[in-house]
Amino acid sequence: MNSHIPDNLKYVASHEWLSTQNGIATVGITDHAQAELSDVVYVELPPLGKTLAAKAPAAVVESVKAASDIYAPVSGEVVAVNPALAADPALVNRSPYEQGWMFKLKIADPGELAALLDAAAYRAKLG
Amino acid sequence: MADRKTVPSLKKTPLTAAHQALGARLVEFGGWLMPVQYTGILQEHRAVREAAGVFDISHMGEFIISGPSAEAWLNAMLCNDIRAISPGHGQYTLLTNEAGGVLDDWYIYRLEDQTYLAVVNATETGKDFNWLQKKVASNVTLKNVSEEYAALALQGPQSEAILYKTFDKEIRRIRRNQIMTTLYQGQPVWVARTGYTGEDGYELFFPAELAEGLWQRLLTVGAVPAGLGARDTLRLEACYPLYGHELSETISPLEAGLGHFVSFDKPERFTGKDSLRRQKDAGLPRRLVAFEMTGLTAPPRARYAVLVDGQRVGEVTSGGVSPTLKKNLGLALIDHSQAKVGGRIDIEIRDQRRPALIVPKPFYHNIRK
Repeated sequence: MNSHIPDNLKYVASHEWLSTQNGIATVGITDHAQAELSDVVYVELPPLGKTLAAKAPAAVVESVKAASDIYAPVSGEVVAVNPALAADPALVNRSPYEQGWMFKLKIADPGELAALLDAAAYRAKLG
Repeated sequence: MADRKTVPSLKKTPLTAAHQALGARLVEFGGWLMPVQYTGILQEHRAVREAAGVFDISHMGEFIISGPSAEAWLNAMLCNDIRAISPGHGQYTLLTNEAGGVLDDWYIYRLEDQTYLAVVNATETGKDFNWLQKKVASNVTLKNVSEEYAALALQGPQSEAILYKTFDKEIRRIRRNQIMTTLYQGQPVWVARTGYTGEDGYELFFPAELAEGLWQRLLTVGAVPAGLGARDTLRLEACYPLYGHELSETISPLEAGLGHFVSFDKPERFTGKDSLRRQKDAGLPRRLVAFEMTGLTAPPRARYAVLVDGQRVGEVTSGGVSPTLKKNLGLALIDHSQAKVGGRIDIEIRDQRRPALIVPKPFYHNIRK
């Protein structure tokens, strides 16, 4: 399967992506992840203000078959969640990097960003 | 998201290569490598409800039971009354242990007066066979032919038309729960008008070497390949039990709402009869109910707790989103006192109590008798 992996994003091995702007990280799941899950029917998002540690479960994506945990790529406080996913969870399938974003974190430790994968490293990991 | 595990040395059906050629996603199911989906569960589910889908069910086990004492012996092994079916007919039945727990649920067909075909769950085939082999009576022959046979389920409102394009005209005579033998390229195929989807449809059992040709033929004449994912969402809407979920060695057929398939009247004392009789007389401790979530929530899943007034009263046995009804729904095994249609229950989803309503079974059904 050839999945789309934009060069301008950072990735984690558990198939989340992250983009940063002014100390805020926007997080979603990769094209590969949405294809593996297929048919997303519900997304449970973290409450605003919640402080998440890096690699902690942050959201749950429910496909027809099963529930899957989505992890925080870096530590931070939840400052926004995607309101469109409640009515149209399949945005995660149709637009994983744009309209299907899940939550925004106020980055606690910018040093953690160095541990993330770039597009080439994530592509290599998918094999 | 966690990566899928790849499990080595899984059993393959004669169609595994055909599934791979279609780009199916193959997963482990009870020791078998099986297609969970081709294009997507929702799409395949819709194809079965609106047109016709075809499932590879070659992982299921087949036993042939024959001989002058086969009828009496089967009636001592199984809950339902086999005398109720004449040659060419099938029935749903249960294999129970002494405690009245369910070892497996079967479809059994009377092929001839003294010859039966049992279709058993893939995961339980070895267990069932060992259990029965120890109890087999004289004048009864029990054969496990699972390796030699492949099977397909053709399901959906257009399956009749698709079947007519594939087999001889005589197939038109077949009615619900009937089975007949027909020929495909000179080889015998059993065609039964049965299924596990809540739609009209057929199940075909045939020598493994026919599998590839018959599969391709059904696709060519319009059947959509459908995987185990859609099979599960379809059967859940129709409220058919799945062994290991609604049925197990610790769940009785009566608790599962399958008392209709338990014959206390037949002369044979079938295994588990006394236990089931006692359970029936004493009152059932639990009942299987169907429920719908009443708010916008995540789908309920198997093993989630069911609560009433904050007290645990049971657990979800199967749950998910219904693609046809666009609702979150499920089946749950709960205390008998709470098992009333219209009753309000809570489902615990990740430590949150979410309201649900007990509704009549099934959620969906579209079979004319």
